[in-house]
Amino acid sequence: MADNVKPRVRVPRSAAAGETITIKTLISHPMESGQRKDSDGNPIPRSIINRFTAEFNGQNVVDVTLEPAISTNPFLEFQSVVPEAGTFTFTWFDDDGSVYTESKDIAIG
Amino acid sequence: MNMTRRDSLMLALAAGAATVLPFRVDAAAEEAISAFTGGADVGTGGITLTAPEIAENGNTVPIEVDAPGAVSISVFATGNPTPAVATFNFGPLAGAQMGATRIRLAGTQDVVAVAKLADGSFIEARQEVKVTIGGCGG
Repeated sequence: MADNVKPRVRVPRSAAAGETITIKTLISHPMESGQRKDSDGNPIPRSIINRFTAEFNGQNVVDVTLEPAISTNPFLEFQSVVPEAGTFTFTWFDDDGSVYTESKDIAIG
Repeated sequence: MNMTRRDSLMLALAAGAATVLPFRVDAAAEEAISAFTGGADVGTGGITLTAPEIAENGNTVPIEVDAPGAVSISVFATGNPTPAVATFNFGPLAGAQMGATRIRLAGTQDVVAVAKLADGSFIEARQEVKVTIGGCGG
C-alpha cells in the first residue's frame, strides 16, 4: 500500500556501559487516517503504522501503539539504557501486514 | 454472519454513540481514558506533558510526555474524531519513561496524557493547545 517506506534511526555509535541514550526514529509513511475524503467525496481507507517496537539484544525497550492521530512520517523519540555492546532492532507494523525493520549496532567505549 | 442479541445491541449502541459524537466530543475522550484506566481514580503530579500553547498547523504538533516510574503512558486528544493518539509501553531497558512524537489535532482542544504507574495507580496531565489550521483534512 504505502510506497517508498524508508525507516531512519539515529543512535549514537558508542556509549558508556549503563549509560542512558536518546534514540530518534522516523519512518516515511502517509499515515492515512481514514477521516479524509478524496475529490469525489469517497472516504480514503485507513492505512497507518499501528505499532512500533524497539529491542536491544532481544530485550524490550519500548512498545508504542500508534493511532490515526499520529502525523504523517511518524517520528518517535525515547531513551534506552545500554548495558553492553550490541544491536538495537526497530520494527514498524503496518495496517496492511507489512513489517519494516531497521537495526543499529552500538559499541561500548 | 450470525447476529446474536449481544451483537445487535452493541451495534445499536455504537450507532447511538456515533450520532451523539459531534455534540459530545469530550464524552468520547473521557470514555477512551476510562477504558485505559479501567475506571480507576486518576491523580495529578509526577507527569509532564510538553506541548505548544499555539500550534499553527494541526497536522504536526510536537508533544513530549515524561512520567518517571510509569509502566505505560497513553496520550489522548479530547477534540479529535478518535481521541486515542498513542500509547507508550516501557520495557525493562527503557532509560527514562519518556516519549516524544508528532500528532494531529482537529482543532483547539485539551491534550491529555495518562500514565500508569508500577503500583497500578494512574496520574494525568492536561494542556490546552490552540490550533490555527486543523489537521484532519475535510
